[in-house]
Amino acid sequence: MANQPNVTFGALGAGRAGPGMSDAMSGWLLSAPLMLVLAFFLILPIIMIVIVSFWGATEFSIYPAFQFDNYEFLLSSPVTYQVFLATIKYAIITWVCTLLIGFTIAYFLAFHIRTQTWQIILFLLCTIPFWTSNIIRMISWIPFLGRNGLANSALVGMGIVDQPVEWLLYSDFSVILAFVHLYTLFMVVPIFNTMMRIDRSLIEAAYDNGATGLQTLTNVIIPLTKPGIMIGSIFVVTLVMGDFITVRFMSGSQKANVGRLISNDIALLQYPSACATAVVLLVTVLLVIAVLLRFVDIRKEL
Amino acid sequence: MEKRPRSFYLLAAFFALFLVFLYGPTFTIAILSFQGPQGGLTFPMRGVSLHWFRELFQQQAVGDIWGSFGRSFVLGVMVMVATVVISVMGGLAFRKRFPGSGVVFYLIVTSLVIPSILISLGVGLIFSQAGLKVHWSTSGFGSQLTWTLPFGLLIMFAVFNRFDKSFEEAARDQGANAWQTIWSVVLPIIAPMLIGVALFGFTLSYDEFARTLLTAGSYNTLPLEIYGMTTNVTTPVIFALGTLTTVFSFLIIGVFLLTVIVANKRRARRGSDAGKGLV
Repeated sequence: MANQPNVTFGALGAGRAGPGMSDAMSGWLLSAPLMLVLAFFLILPIIMIVIVSFWGATEFSIYPAFQFDNYEFLLSSPVTYQVFLATIKYAIITWVCTLLIGFTIAYFLAFHIRTQTWQIILFLLCTIPFWTSNIIRMISWIPFLGRNGLANSALVGMGIVDQPVEWLLYSDFSVILAFVHLYTLFMVVPIFNTMMRIDRSLIEAAYDNGATGLQTLTNVIIPLTKPGIMIGSIFVVTLVMGDFITVRFMSGSQKANVGRLISNDIALLQYPSACATAVVLLVTVLLVIAVLLRFVDIRKEL
Repeated sequence: MEKRPRSFYLLAAFFALFLVFLYGPTFTIAILSFQGPQGGLTFPMRGVSLHWFRELFQQQAVGDIWGSFGRSFVLGVMVMVATVVISVMGGLAFRKRFPGSGVVFYLIVTSLVIPSILISLGVGLIFSQAGLKVHWSTSGFGSQLTWTLPFGLLIMFAVFNRFDKSFEEAARDQGANAWQTIWSVVLPIIAPMLIGVALFGFTLSYDEFARTLLTAGSYNTLPLEIYGMTTNVTTPVIFALGTLTTVFSFLIIGVFLLTVIVANKRRARRGSDAGKGLV
């Protein structure tokens, strides 16, 4: 489809007015349920969060106000900057790991598996965990990483370390491991999808002109796969930046990110301050997306 | 057949390792859920038993997991139906550019990338300020749709981008009205993809945690119940529960995949063109 840039949605029916109902009317009617859901459960909540971020709070309740206290407190606290830095650190490390693994897996499936049936089977094997519970998948690392877990038994058994390694579980390591475990398939799927659309004759042409395998990869395949990489990156970066549960669970509450800052405030019923943090997080995430979207036109890639 | 290059074997080994990484932990807890009654959360196995599964069926031991399973199931079906219907309508709407379609498109992207806890927090606040009670079937239902709809819609956009318009034109030329064209021509062609949308709708809802956290009210869904257990249950009973829900997820995925395969086979046998109208 990449070679048919004119077939983007919206352009399809251009120039032919439907009989009876006008295009605008039928478009609005058909998307009305969608717009209702988005209005009530996406736009209104965002507006509410922005409003409440200016409210005040006592120990037990919140009251309407228009004050900048929440933001002042948030932006003047060194903890905020540490936590945002930690969040960005998780996002970058996870992004690099998922990109490297995801690209390799997609490349293998797209260019080394020769029959379509096997491609579908192996691709499904990669995607099935996406449809199972994230919490269960996190829990299932415990018997591996714990003090008496499989990893430590193996390490001690092989004589690599004298006593169990403590940093395997409840550390940055376990948090990032869980992120990579949960989110690599968000890279595999879009990258595989773009790779399957690459015209194979381009690769043959590269080889015929004397390019080595590596040169073909860096000069032909990677540039053509960029849209898939960008879409995967958007998924992974936003999922990691907005996360609170993985960090809480996999670090045994010892590490913090912005999501946890928000959920801690919620637990203490400090909704206005949770909302202020949420606004800053949302702005950060949207800025990152805006930058990534400069490299890809999502509508064209569908 | 052409000889495989050496890179194939390296990559195949990497792929195999990736699958082990993906599935290994799940299989480990499946094994550990058969621990003997004295067993703990990690190896060694102290005997093999169904003790922890039996424990699950004793209500008082672990809270209301069967109730929460029932709620999650019903909610999953509700979200699935709503996701399919709204996504198909949205997909049809977006085939023609209409005023505001660009804005709606970016809202869909926003719905996908917005941190889940913001939806939870915002919806929770709206309900509490409006004096309404949050409940899994109202606020929880709507919040989950903000997660499942973007997936459903992106699939529908991709489907309609590849849709061969000549089928529709043929129907119209034969005198079918707009509704008949959609019902008897368009929907049968896109039916296999709708099964995919339904799978996303059900499973994403069934496993959703963050968006339901503050919007489910006093009756937990299953993921919330499991999350609650992680903080106070320190026996393999949680592995048994994890194994059961994973098996259930696998069953659901299997049913959906089987439906697609059977539908395709039947079509092939009848020599029908249905489902082929995607270019």
